[in-house]
Amino acid sequence: MINGISINYYLLLSTVLFIIGAVGVMARRNSIIIFMCIELMLNAVNLLLVAFSTLHNDAAGQVFVFFIMAVAAAEVAVGLAILSMIYRNVKSIDTDLLSNLKN
Amino acid sequence: MIKLIALVPLFPLIGFLINGFVGKKISKGLSGGIASGAILASFIVSVLAFIELQGSSQKENVISVFSWINSGTLQIPFQFLYDPLSSLFLLIITGIGFLIHIYSIGYMHDDEGFSRFFTYLNLFVFFMLLLVLGNNYLITFVGWEGVGLCSYLLIGFWYKNTAYNNAAKKAFIMNRIGDLGFLLGIILIFVTFGSISYTEVFDKAGTVSTSTITAIALLLFIGAMGKSAQLPLYTWLPDAMAGPTPVSALIHAATMVTAGIFMVVRSNVFYSISEVASQTVAIVGVLTALFAATIGLLQNDIKKILAYSTVSQLGLMFLGLGVGAFSSSVFHVTTHAFFKALLFLGAGSVIHAMGGEQDIRKMGGLSGKIKITFITMLLGTIAISGLPPFSGFFSKDEILAHTYEHSKTLWLLGMITSILTGFYMFRMLFIVFFGKFRGTHAQEHHLHESPPSMTFPLIVLAALSVIGGVLGLPEFWGLPNWMHHNLEPIIKIKNPSILSHETEWTLMALAVASAGAVIFFAYTLFMKHKVLPVEKESQLKPWQKVIYNKYYVDEFYDMIIRKPLDAISTTFYKFLDLQVIDGIVNGVGTAVKSIGSLVRLTQQGNIGFYVISMVMGIVFIVLLTFLVK
Repeated sequence: MINGISINYYLLLSTVLFIIGAVGVMARRNSIIIFMCIELMLNAVNLLLVAFSTLHNDAAGQVFVFFIMAVAAAEVAVGLAILSMIYRNVKSIDTDLLSNLKN
Repeated sequence: MIKLIALVPLFPLIGFLINGFVGKKISKGLSGGIASGAILASFIVSVLAFIELQGSSQKENVISVFSWINSGTLQIPFQFLYDPLSSLFLLIITGIGFLIHIYSIGYMHDDEGFSRFFTYLNLFVFFMLLLVLGNNYLITFVGWEGVGLCSYLLIGFWYKNTAYNNAAKKAFIMNRIGDLGFLLGIILIFVTFGSISYTEVFDKAGTVSTSTITAIALLLFIGAMGKSAQLPLYTWLPDAMAGPTPVSALIHAATMVTAGIFMVVRSNVFYSISEVASQTVAIVGVLTALFAATIGLLQNDIKKILAYSTVSQLGLMFLGLGVGAFSSSVFHVTTHAFFKALLFLGAGSVIHAMGGEQDIRKMGGLSGKIKITFITMLLGTIAISGLPPFSGFFSKDEILAHTYEHSKTLWLLGMITSILTGFYMFRMLFIVFFGKFRGTHAQEHHLHESPPSMTFPLIVLAALSVIGGVLGLPEFWGLPNWMHHNLEPIIKIKNPSILSHETEWTLMALAVASAGAVIFFAYTLFMKHKVLPVEKESQLKPWQKVIYNKYYVDEFYDMIIRKPLDAISTTFYKFLDLQVIDGIVNGVGTAVKSIGSLVRLTQQGNIGFYVISMVMGIVFIVLLTFLVK
């Protein structure tokens, strides 16, 4: 129990968030949306980490989450930069158009 | 000086290294000078050590150089054995080696591979010295293989000629067959005695069963057959004449080919114990002697005649070994080294004068043009034919006398060989040096005596061929036989002569009379009636054709060994190589390619598809872990 809420709810929420993210990545073609979905998946995992960290009274999970957030921030910076470059080159952010290396 | 005997092989090794690394950068004179100087230094050390050994009462000197192989029970120190036998061989190798080095400076003067030649020659001398100096079979074997290698390198010295390369390969491969026997013999010795050191093995030889000794002796003799060109492994030696003439003189007449005899003499205790082995040696020896002598009768290449003569003389030496006359055989090795080296060098001088011509049918009347060569070769020919008081007479007579007390049949065959030798040698001499010149005008104009560097060794060797007999004067003349007494310490089981003096006198008179008669016969045939070798093979009588073609032995080997081997190899190549091995290799390639072209279909550049496959994969793995549990 964390603050009167069962761990199961945390698990459920995290799973739902993760699946929404995964489906988003699979289904959508807009790069920005895919990007946001990836963030969603990351944070679903973060949520799980903090939940168990509190449950077990172990700070390691929270430390780990800080790391993930820091790395995610860096990743966002790089990812957005790539996206803007893609947009400048192909005037679109549709991932299906990005198949120049195919053959 | 005996303590410093390691210097003897060291000098040629240094000469080899210098010539091998910087030979091309220094002048020809310096290159030849270093090589000859190294051998001269070895010769001087050998002479000093020899004198010391003669004055000393201790005849067997073991000199440890370093510890060589230490592995469990196998302890092989690198030791030299300096005794009367090795001291004599050292003198022959370095003495004649030095003369031939000097000769080569003149003979090879215009050759572009001058320094390479001396590099090989020095390396050869080094290995040969190792062979005779080693105190165990392994060092001898190292030398044995080394001289084989140098022989290969020097036969194929003019490597641009395919025929010469083939001759080199033939020599090497033929020798390998013998070497295998030698190696097996060494292994058997180690298994039997637990040691391969000469001093230890010979002391224990009496304690082992005779059949083991016979096996060892026969295996060692197979090695000797290869190296010393005995039936059936002799065919490489006549072909080895492809090498430069000094090489034929040094390696294929005076030293390397006598390695087999050296090894048998070294291991004499085995052959004294085993009746079967010594009989085999004697029979192989006499058959080789007779066989090669008959081939020599009708050869037209001056070097080929000498080559068959060498094979024949080596056969005689083995005959001597087989009947237990070890010191007589060593005596014949010595005198043979003198006169055969002389004859080869003389032949080289003739070839030099003729501008490379080796066919005696193109020569004739050379006696007036190249006097020194003629006189020295005449002396050598008389020596090999066995006329007294030349060296060959004494050594050959000793062998034949010992053979007579052993077996009359072998003696008769040896006698016939000796008569044939006189005939073909004088045939060569008369055809080359007398009659009319039969070469071209350009050759006649070119005729000249060789430079002093070539005639000097001829003169020295001629002198040795004439007086060499004093080393082993017949005892029944009441004269000292130095050779016999000198070698006595190394002959473990004595085999004293039982012939009466009358018989010995008769045999000797018979030998001289027959030699004289056959020389007179050759004289009437080639000088009076001016018989010349026919120009074309078709003019020969059928039996002559067989001899002229060397009894078709090469063709026979070709048919029973090379052709089947070729056929088997071709079958293996077509089936195993092309079908099986290539099939597997190509099959793997084709399979990878076709699977690749299938899997490639999924690589379409659609990110969504990749992600879906990835997620499906993860889900699949997760499900799998649950299901398997």
